[in-house]
Amino acid sequence: MDLRKVKTLIDLVQQSDITELEITEGEERVRISRGGTVVSQHPAGQQIVYPNVMATTQEMLAQPAPEAPAEPQGHVLKSPMVGTFYRSSAPGAKPFVEIGQAVKADETVCIIEAMKLLNEIEGGAEGVIKQVLVENGQPVEYGQPLMVIG
Amino acid sequence: MFGKILIANRGEIALRIQRACREMGIKTVVVHSEADAEAKYVKLADESVCIGPAPSSASYLNVPAIISAAEVTDAEAIHPGYGFLSENADFAERVNQSGFVFIGPRAETIRLMGDKVSAKNAMKKAGVPVVPGVDSALPEDPKEIIKIGREIGYPVIIKASGGGGGRGMRVVHTEAALLNAANTTRAEAQAAFNNPMIYMEKFLERPRHVEIQVIADKHKNALYLGDRDCSMQRRHQKVIEEAPAPLLNQRARLRTAERCAEACRKIGYEGAGTFEFLYEGGEFYFIEMNTRLQVEHPVTEMITGLDLVQMQIRIAAGEKLALRQRDVELSGHAIECRINAEDPYKFTPSPGRITSLHMPGGPGIRVDSHAYNGYMVPPNYDSLIGKIIAYGDTRAQAIARLSIALSETVIEGIKTNIPLHQDLLRDAAFLRGGTSIHYLEEKLAKLVKAE
Repeated sequence: MDLRKVKTLIDLVQQSDITELEITEGEERVRISRGGTVVSQHPAGQQIVYPNVMATTQEMLAQPAPEAPAEPQGHVLKSPMVGTFYRSSAPGAKPFVEIGQAVKADETVCIIEAMKLLNEIEGGAEGVIKQVLVENGQPVEYGQPLMVIG
Repeated sequence: MFGKILIANRGEIALRIQRACREMGIKTVVVHSEADAEAKYVKLADESVCIGPAPSSASYLNVPAIISAAEVTDAEAIHPGYGFLSENADFAERVNQSGFVFIGPRAETIRLMGDKVSAKNAMKKAGVPVVPGVDSALPEDPKEIIKIGREIGYPVIIKASGGGGGRGMRVVHTEAALLNAANTTRAEAQAAFNNPMIYMEKFLERPRHVEIQVIADKHKNALYLGDRDCSMQRRHQKVIEEAPAPLLNQRARLRTAERCAEACRKIGYEGAGTFEFLYEGGEFYFIEMNTRLQVEHPVTEMITGLDLVQMQIRIAAGEKLALRQRDVELSGHAIECRINAEDPYKFTPSPGRITSLHMPGGPGIRVDSHAYNGYMVPPNYDSLIGKIIAYGDTRAQAIARLSIALSETVIEGIKTNIPLHQDLLRDAAFLRGGTSIHYLEEKLAKLVKAE
């Protein structure tokens, strides 16, 4: 079960009155509950536990906190193409940028691999890397938000 | 059999392909532009990938984006639908080179049929009757051009080799107009298709458009699946299609269909395809072949009971055709109305939000549409929002059922051509059957005059 699907399920639960949701797909199973942890069961038997997303979200909805992660402040770098997102130029190499790093508008911040070609992607704004919204090696689609530079 | 297919198209055909895949237990990946993010089939897909902004050139015609989407989703095969890249030989090649199966014929077959001159010559060799003409590129020398015009006999039509589907053609009635027409068509061909090659044929005055559906596997088996009449056209765009074609010379139809199947075997055709003919005076004249699934495939499915999209997928996966020619049985009559988001008589496009949608039902009614209540018809693509198809034991019953279905159909918020369809289904000449490809335009011209 890929991360995007799990995130969609989390959003679904968040936006509804559901307190607990369990989905089984073949040998994979995900259970999401409000105020609890997200548990994903993979066929190999390994359990991946996600941080307490729901509880944090509940608190935020109750009293809007100043640093609400749902609203990115700054320039949102959106993917200009379909491909696989990488944070560094090669496996094991240092990432192009880290959170908090200052960047120029035309500086390479990540790579998107498409059809065996590695495309260097510029940040498009001068500022500091505030957020990295996708994981290393994650497939991305056109227009998908990748990073926030503020 | 494939585990996952990427659908490289949009609209009603994307939904159609998705339905076939789901029935076969195949997972679907749907690629879409930003304008189609809320499409029904995108929501129903196992995975969806946004491949670009609204303009087709940046999305549905964007080869690297589509192949990249197949890579990141680990799709095994790509179904190109109709239009867009479905008859693009380079795309078929790139798909194969990238390790995916292109659901359609081989790239060289697409190339052969894409060039209308080479297609005609290949058909001549295979014994399929063609429109009389000179089947090589028209020379530049004016004297030669005049000579060819006299050989063929007026009226003639000049066509772009790289054209097709009604684009890049000009009719010439007198020798005096010939040279100008040739020069203009050549220039247009260069601009539109990047190929200045043109050729000349006899122009048939009142032909019907009759096409023959074929299907062939990768093991040299080929079948014909009956014919369709698509004469009701406006500016070369089909409006109503039916199967089988009414009032046809039975012997000519069978003989031509057999030649088409034989031609498929000869050229090693793989997949679904349609041979398009002009039919006049009881004779068939080949004009072009479409190396893909057609919009009007449902009428053939209704009279044969076959699922052409599933057959395409099985053939692409290497399966042998499960039928022999004698197993193909044609039964009843089917008619399809293309529902377009446009003014019914002015034909101006009418994109926008559908505020109220109610589709018909009942015996013999099939609806192929991706529209839903509240759906926003985007302005960036063609106006087809769905097809309503009626099946009956007889042509008369199919017409009656289709008429009733259209009267039940509600699509508000945008204009549609349903009023035109209702008009045509009451038209005396249509009810008799066998109207020519000029009929609709002549009828519309009379309406304009009457106002």
